[in-house]
Amino acid sequence: MSTPTPTTAFEYAPAPESRAIVDIKPSYGLFVNGEFVDGNGTSFKTVNPATEEVLAEVAEATDADVDEAVKAARRAYTRVWSRMSGAERAKYLYRIARIIQERGRELAVLESIDNGKPIKESRDVDVPIVAAHFFYYAGWADKLKYSGYGDTPLGVAGQVIPWNFPLLMLAWKIAPALACGNTVVLKPAETTPLTALLFAEICQQADLPPGVVNIVTGAGDTGRAIVSHPDVDKVAFTGSTEVGKAIARAVAGSDKKVTLELGGKAANIVFDDAPLDQAVEGIVNGIFFNQGHVCCAGSRLLVQESVADEVMERLKRRMATLRVGDPLDKNTDVGAINSAEQLAKIRELSQIGEDEGAERWSAPCDLPANGYWFAPTVFTGVSQAHRIAREEIFGPVLSVLTFRTPSEAVEKANNTPFGLSAGVWTDKGSRILSMANRLRAGVVWANTFNKFDPTSPFGGYKESGYGREGGRHGLESYLKGADA
Amino acid sequence: MTPTASPTAGDTSAHGVFDDIVRSESSLRRFLHGLPGVDQVGCEARAAGLATRSIKTTSKAFAIDLAIRMVDLTTLEGQDTHGKVRALASKAMRPDPADPSCPATAAVCVYPDMVATAKQTLGDSGVNVAAVATAFPSGRAAMDIKLADTRDAVEAGADEIDMVIDRGAFLSGRYLDVYEEIAQVKEACARPDGSSAHLKVIFETGELQTYDNVRRASWLAMMAGGHFIKTSTGKVQPAATLPVTLIMLEAVRDFREQTGQMVGVKPAGGIKTTKDAIKYLVMVNEICGDDWLDPDWFRFGASTLLNDLLMQRTKMTTGRYSGPDYFTLD
Repeated sequence: MSTPTPTTAFEYAPAPESRAIVDIKPSYGLFVNGEFVDGNGTSFKTVNPATEEVLAEVAEATDADVDEAVKAARRAYTRVWSRMSGAERAKYLYRIARIIQERGRELAVLESIDNGKPIKESRDVDVPIVAAHFFYYAGWADKLKYSGYGDTPLGVAGQVIPWNFPLLMLAWKIAPALACGNTVVLKPAETTPLTALLFAEICQQADLPPGVVNIVTGAGDTGRAIVSHPDVDKVAFTGSTEVGKAIARAVAGSDKKVTLELGGKAANIVFDDAPLDQAVEGIVNGIFFNQGHVCCAGSRLLVQESVADEVMERLKRRMATLRVGDPLDKNTDVGAINSAEQLAKIRELSQIGEDEGAERWSAPCDLPANGYWFAPTVFTGVSQAHRIAREEIFGPVLSVLTFRTPSEAVEKANNTPFGLSAGVWTDKGSRILSMANRLRAGVVWANTFNKFDPTSPFGGYKESGYGREGGRHGLESYLKGADA
Repeated sequence: MTPTASPTAGDTSAHGVFDDIVRSESSLRRFLHGLPGVDQVGCEARAAGLATRSIKTTSKAFAIDLAIRMVDLTTLEGQDTHGKVRALASKAMRPDPADPSCPATAAVCVYPDMVATAKQTLGDSGVNVAAVATAFPSGRAAMDIKLADTRDAVEAGADEIDMVIDRGAFLSGRYLDVYEEIAQVKEACARPDGSSAHLKVIFETGELQTYDNVRRASWLAMMAGGHFIKTSTGKVQPAATLPVTLIMLEAVRDFREQTGQMVGVKPAGGIKTTKDAIKYLVMVNEICGDDWLDPDWFRFGASTLLNDLLMQRTKMTTGRYSGPDYFTLD
């Protein structure tokens, strides 16, 4: 027409976010009583899962180190934090929230380097919600007597968080605990300790009184030392159902209050009258967001038989446009699997899916040579009897099942030991409400998926755990109750 | 779904496939209301998500040249004169007089009475003349007047006709009237030699309001044989938006899946910056793919966009920003 220039493909040139903004030290100690200390244990390495490059050596906290941290937390609790007025505590939380926003880019880049998640996500989802949590709970600090749960804190909280949302899970744990007047000892996951340690620096920068927040790094033994420490009043854990059960056993018979946010195998239910293009986006967001390392991931797609073929066609076409690769590239949609161990687990369960006769399809994409990668994958022809329909894969792997009637959808969705989340896609409002009533899941999303907000409570049924985080309900886990 | 045939120009009528659907008002309504609904929040989130793509260096240079080639350089003012139209046409052929490597735009877009003037200046440069017809922009005139308006523009040499649909008829549910109107205007686009001006169908999405309506209007226009579907006249706010264009891109993509025929998309009005234009191209790329990344299948209806594209283009080649005085105003 206008000029004869042939159209070639619109390739996106690399658009890497600069690493220069973060300063990763060669080694890190523990953050106890407001200072970084060496600790008594050995150290372990944390690596960049996208390149396998060693990022830093991190101290492994021993029982004695954990004891020091709990003592520091107890001192800060009795002498300072529990005596401070809510309005004063709020000032610290607001200050932390603002520093998180100011240093948002630094936190986002570091999170992507240590975790493998795309910068698009750490920048646009994780860090903004982290700041929002601190702002939200700062607002509660001087209004606790209107919460319905009283305004008496519990004491020292021992908190153990996972590697999928390192900073966000830290915020979910620390913000409400501090707002209610508790002090904390928190252990980040061993593969993703760096943003928690940067958060420790932010606590220093905010002049938070020493001992109110203590960060101890380490693996399972360190976690065990925290939850079983006799002077810990409250245990909050997010992670696997297996470890959650062990924690429940460890604290049984003690006075400790416990909240557990564990695994899931969420059903994402698509009815034939759903807004299909948006449903496909929701399916993609449900399972490929954060490489599928999401406890509430929509890992089981339940699609009504009458539209199953059309939905699958659209889904595969959409999956082919997902950009997998360098987490720091601003155009990356799917980043690296967090660890070699997790990659092995995803591969194993996917192999089992194939062996059990489900049909496997992966989006065509070039995976980098180094690092831990898994192409977005979908299994069709899956039945409730397949292991990939029952076990949490915690990776970018979707199992597709079909249903004929709403009742069958409910039955299949609820037929799991988990009950964390579910999704319903339909243009019919009344059906959304009736499904939400019948689904045994802590969160039911309607015509959306994986939406998080500090004002909204989150938590599970059955083996997905107990207790709620976020919103007014999230305060209950950190207060003694209205009668105290 | 039928397997995808190789894409053909919209000249072949899709009528046969849809005969049953357009047989009666009620069958047409059933079909249009049976299209999958659009969730507003999800659609807008998807458009906003695509808008975060970071297009730099070589891909930016590619996108800028492509966008220039897709511009329908437009003047649709009561105060338009022949002199103004000649100036605009010259600019369309040589957008950057200082740089002969700069491509020409796709077309100039004018009122029917200016077609002859534009045609005279453009000659066989390859830049098309598009004329808005059918009582643009309101479309509030009797059918024979709309058809006369169209024929007049075609006779004067228009290569493309941008018609407006009767939004009143659409909103009151008289879909068949709209369908027939488009079909008749398409017939009026025929030239004596058997060829035909290309027909763009303007929905005025700012008046249709809902995304469901945009999707229905898209299918209606495609079934009636429109070569292009176009968002807006530029006279009503909001004009083109990313989510509206997203719905239309999904419609042309799905239409090709069903019929094998490609239909073009033209967002018009309110696209002023290179940054905006690149967001649209990213959307075309990721929703429809390569085939639509061509001036034959995607256009920008714009007046001020071109100069921003030229400024960014100069910045890419020289490394420096020039002031607006270094680019022509027409």
